[in-house]
Amino acid sequence: MNDDVLLKVEDVRKDFPTQSKEVVQAVAGVSLEVHKGETLGLVGETGCGKSTLARCMAHLYDVTSGSVTFEGKDITKLSRKAMRPLRRDVQVIFQDPYGSLNPRRRVGSIIGDPFAIHNIATGKERKKKVQELMELVGLNPEHYNRFPAEFSGGQRQRIGVARALALRPKLVICDEPVSALDVSIQAQIINLLADLQKEFDLTYVFISHDLSVVRHVSTRIAVMYLGKIVELAPTDELFGQTRHPYTRALLSALPVADPDTADSREQIILGGDIPSATNPPEGCRFHTRCPKAKLDCAAEEPPLESVLDDSWQHRTACFYPLTVGEDLSTAVPDLKAS
Amino acid sequence: MALLEVRDLQVSFDTPDGTVRAVRGLSYDVEAGQTLAVVGESGSGKSVSTQTITGLTRGATVSGTAFFDGTDLITADQSTLRRLRGAQIGMIFQDPLSSLHPQYRIGWQIVEMIRAHDHEISKQDARKRAAELLTLVGIPRAAERIDDYPHQFSGGMRQRVMIAMAMALDPALLIADEPTTALDVTVQAQVLNVMRRLQEQFGTAIILITHDLGVVAEMADEVVVMYAGAVMERAPRRDIFYRNHHPYTQGLLASLPARSGDRLTPIPGTPPSLISLPKGCPFAARCPHVFDKCRTEAPPLIDVARDPRHQSACWLPPENSEAIAS
Repeated sequence: MNDDVLLKVEDVRKDFPTQSKEVVQAVAGVSLEVHKGETLGLVGETGCGKSTLARCMAHLYDVTSGSVTFEGKDITKLSRKAMRPLRRDVQVIFQDPYGSLNPRRRVGSIIGDPFAIHNIATGKERKKKVQELMELVGLNPEHYNRFPAEFSGGQRQRIGVARALALRPKLVICDEPVSALDVSIQAQIINLLADLQKEFDLTYVFISHDLSVVRHVSTRIAVMYLGKIVELAPTDELFGQTRHPYTRALLSALPVADPDTADSREQIILGGDIPSATNPPEGCRFHTRCPKAKLDCAAEEPPLESVLDDSWQHRTACFYPLTVGEDLSTAVPDLKAS
Repeated sequence: MALLEVRDLQVSFDTPDGTVRAVRGLSYDVEAGQTLAVVGESGSGKSVSTQTITGLTRGATVSGTAFFDGTDLITADQSTLRRLRGAQIGMIFQDPLSSLHPQYRIGWQIVEMIRAHDHEISKQDARKRAAELLTLVGIPRAAERIDDYPHQFSGGMRQRVMIAMAMALDPALLIADEPTTALDVTVQAQVLNVMRRLQEQFGTAIILITHDLGVVAEMADEVVVMYAGAVMERAPRRDIFYRNHHPYTQGLLASLPARSGDRLTPIPGTPPSLISLPKGCPFAARCPHVFDKCRTEAPPLIDVARDPRHQSACWLPPENSEAIAS
């Protein structure tokens, strides 16, 4: 195994049963590696499985099948107790800075929880450590005794960051950490996360539906659609040499805050909605909406592999990958049998 | 004369903690067939202002005028407002699910809406019109799906239904309050596309309330930037992006990831409380160009360019626009 791999996900599936005895295939066979010190971005639309995958990575969910290996050890089979030491190394920052903090507890004790749970520091020492953390994330340490309600959204997200960093984790999973914040505040938190990564040598898995945020923070990006990775590439390559039609459509749908670009670009408007994950399409899961779909796309599922002249770092699950400069806006699907 | 003329709108709410001054002296014009984007962050007053104009704020203290086609909406009685809402002014909101009744079929709700305003129309004709509207906003197999319930529609389709209802009586003005915020980007692109197409076809004016500067760049003709209940800057779309004057506008644009290099440029601090607003400019505490006068005297909204549509509420001299923007 490659030395710089911190976490390895192999063919992970996660199904959720529904009341009607159907199964939602939230994650439908995903493999990827997270390298030490990088930020791996996970993007996709509602229901693509990005948050479920992240929760499987942190063993907050039991996987249905497949394995998640952290520092060479399969964590999917570990009991809660056996998982506990590993919890120090893998921490999560959640989207909702309101729902993820107990409103009845003081901020100092919320941030101090990890120390209490892992029996690391008590009394004055714990308080000192908590105040150091508060300072680190840009909170006033004198606000130790305040309640979450006394903080703004951005400050609450700083509390969440402080709590996640208390035990000096190796891997931090950031699940939509800035999605609930206004842009001017969002930038503060993104900068904070970048500073902390540098200072503590952190590895991030960064989940967001906002492509411009993911582009800014990520070393590599995995694009997900209906429980599958459709394209995985270093950030510049994903944007510069987009191979998967879904990635291209996603990029093109993103509104750009620049009137000249907005006026001149060709937008690809996808038809229809994302199909249900209880009954995903056969073959390539994107073929029902893909402008380039052909008959074999509906019959067989394309593997995630390097296509055209891409290096092994850039993998795409598509039989008809885009070439650089190819115009997708005029493409028409051809799903008729000849 | 503009289709809608809002002048010196003030809205405040009495709360146990004190008076919240949600909107403080808002003025703008909406021209027929044009899109006015109102942008701002949480608590800037962007939604409260249009809710007040359409008579949807309860328990607020309101002053100012909002003339729509000769009628002052602020002083108009409820029955006048009820007649105008829907027929003349269509509205769509962020969350399409809570705007639709879960226990009635989609078609029934559209028919009900049409018949509430048009007492002459027969049930059959209204139903036919409802199906046409659903086709118009791009619902596939509209004739069949008209009898579906809201939960059978996806988020993007529900928002299309809302647009169909808002457009049912061919209103002169459509108020869209964060219409795509709850939608995924590819669905957002579809919905914005529908709005653009309908505007072209029917010449509807749109007030688009959003926090997303990308959506503004795609959709707006003119832009109003709000902060702490007041207008900081207003200008035609290109001027807001390329020749802006107000440090808040500049700060908003600079904090976008797409516009930055390695490090983002956030606006430091947080917005002021609307209960105890500072004296002077509300943005002073976070402004990189602040000087003494800003802290004592609130700057009025004044012309900052040759184009009279471009105004800014800032003490910096007009010629600073380009210098700072570049």
